[in-house]
Amino acid sequence: MAFWDYANPTRFLRLVQVVLPWLTGLCVLAFAAGFYMSFFVAPEDYQQGQTVRIMYIHVPAAWLSMMCYSIMAVSSLGTLVWKHPLADVSAKAAAPIGAAFTFMSLVTGSLWGKPMWGTYWVWDARLTSVLVLLIMYLGLMTLWRTMDDPIKAGKAAAILTLVGALNLPIIKFSVDWWNTLHQPASVMRMDGPTIHPDILWPLLVMAIAFTLLFFVLHLMAMRNEILRRRVRTLRLRAATSAHPRSATATAQPAE
Amino acid sequence: MFEDLSFSLNGGSALVVTGANGIGKSSLLRTLAGLVPPSHGSIRLEGGAADTPPEEQAHYFGHQDAVKPALSVEENLQFWQNFTAPAPAPGFSVRSVTPLEALDTLGIGHTAQLPAAFLSAGQKRRLSLCRLLVTSRPVWLMDEPTSALDRRSETQLLELMNAHLAAGGLIVTATHSDLALADVLQLHLQAADAAALPVEDALP
Amino acid sequence: MTSWALALFLRDLRLSVRVGGSALVGVLFFLAVVTVIPFGVGPDLNLLSRIGPAILWIGALLATLLGLDRLFQADRDDGTLDLMLMAGRPLELVVLIKCLAHWVATGLPLVVAAPLLAVFLNLEPLAMGAVTLTLLVGTPALTLIGAIGAALTVSLRRGGLLLAVLVVPLAIPVLIFGVSAADAAIHDPVPFLTPFLILCALSLIAAVIGPVASAAALRFASD
Repeated sequence: MAFWDYANPTRFLRLVQVVLPWLTGLCVLAFAAGFYMSFFVAPEDYQQGQTVRIMYIHVPAAWLSMMCYSIMAVSSLGTLVWKHPLADVSAKAAAPIGAAFTFMSLVTGSLWGKPMWGTYWVWDARLTSVLVLLIMYLGLMTLWRTMDDPIKAGKAAAILTLVGALNLPIIKFSVDWWNTLHQPASVMRMDGPTIHPDILWPLLVMAIAFTLLFFVLHLMAMRNEILRRRVRTLRLRAATSAHPRSATATAQPAE
Repeated sequence: MFEDLSFSLNGGSALVVTGANGIGKSSLLRTLAGLVPPSHGSIRLEGGAADTPPEEQAHYFGHQDAVKPALSVEENLQFWQNFTAPAPAPGFSVRSVTPLEALDTLGIGHTAQLPAAFLSAGQKRRLSLCRLLVTSRPVWLMDEPTSALDRRSETQLLELMNAHLAAGGLIVTATHSDLALADVLQLHLQAADAAALPVEDALP
Repeated sequence: MTSWALALFLRDLRLSVRVGGSALVGVLFFLAVVTVIPFGVGPDLNLLSRIGPAILWIGALLATLLGLDRLFQADRDDGTLDLMLMAGRPLELVVLIKCLAHWVATGLPLVVAAPLLAVFLNLEPLAMGAVTLTLLVGTPALTLIGAIGAALTVSLRRGGLLLAVLVVPLAIPVLIFGVSAADAAIHDPVPFLTPFLILCALSLIAAVIGPVASAAALRFASD
């Protein structure tokens, strides 16, 4: 079973070495095509003008921010249920990438919102949910940083990730409810009635490019994490090894 | 805690404080270290710098190692060297050694660049001991100095203590194990109901 | 004289950056407080921009207080504090330097994050600058006053909550003049400089009272 074959970190590293150049190449191509299409092929919006092009970054980033959390949730299941040795590496490596995509979608969203709402930030249900997601990502990253032992930290973070995954729909629902309670339909909806194919195609290509970017970064981060843990083990071993030169030395008073 | 306790100690000699658990050996050392104020009485260090209180001319080597796991071994030691004021005294001549020399002396030189979190209990203890070498102070107050040390480190510790005495330093140590020190005085603490309270004076 | 101070400052800075990224946690808590308030008062941007300076100040106060409980406790737990008392350095200065390092590691990130968080509260650029400036001047006072609480509760296992209770009343003047200076910058007729200078004075007073009181408390705590 291939999935379990790559439980061995060494074998996994070898796989990464083979796959990564191809994946990187594909990612660059997809971005080249995506940027070309979104800047030169896609039409201007008759209402929003050029600013609509922010959408080609914003929407894929927002999509990735959620996909990344799903991958972390699956990885956490892998840590707790299947005890897959690379699962917590995968979850840990995904968190900063997810946080970065979430942050990117928040920043592009507020830049896009400025001309439309007249302010960088409104407490719109969707924006608020994404902000909560960002806080959860940052909290998870802090939890990983705070614990010294990567295995213990991985388990703790896995529990929090799964609780978060169960809670996210509830958070989303209550934020929606809170928002409509206070602000009945005063915020413009972003998704128009139908999406024209001229807009849809660049968007899809950009989404593919972002997904490829995620996998490239994720594999690189996992490789770094595995190497980092090996360095840690080596240093721990270095501390315990007895030192040959020490036996005869004593302090000499300088008289 | 104690009454009528008085002793004096000359340069180059060690005072070994013994007694049952809870009798107040640690409290005596902490009092000497200035961490517990004596209710009355005084502690004097003659021949030291006159305006410096005795505790600031002493090293206290207690149960706690004061090692920060997040810093590297060398950073830990370098901090104590920079932070602790050395206390020169006329009859006492030991130069402060550099952190790396001290670590090598105690056989943990190879850990210098590692985070102190990676050290074992005995290694942390030795790191804490290095602190006494990197800043030169004439008085060493050592509470159970041999705990958590293996036999070889214990021998090293004794050599260090003897070298300190030979250079004219003072050592006051509370211990349960026999320490083969050069010039030793015994102070045995007993419960207060014993008629004669233990008082021992130094040889000239 | 300065080398030991620098060594202490750098050591404390290193420790706060390395141990669990306390700077990040403080800013994260600040962000969480600012995010939670609109759920309580509603997403009305006009209201939020009116109470924005107050929200930021209260968030900074809470974030500062929560980070303070380990200021001396970590050093006491591993015996470092005993050695610091014996090191032959003036304890008041030691406390002042520790507070300074703590502020650089945890207070300064709050000040830097304040303009970003002000965006969430729909503050005008002028208000944003005013709040950031008052926080820059005022948060050292919070750290220094909080140090007294940290020194008093140093021997308690769970002193964090008690610390907050002890320190909040002492921090009220800082909060009053911090918020009123920020408000004065936004609403025209009130002069900005009066409350701002009082805030500066409060920080300077705290720089004297904080270290002296903390050092006294620490000397007693060494039992």
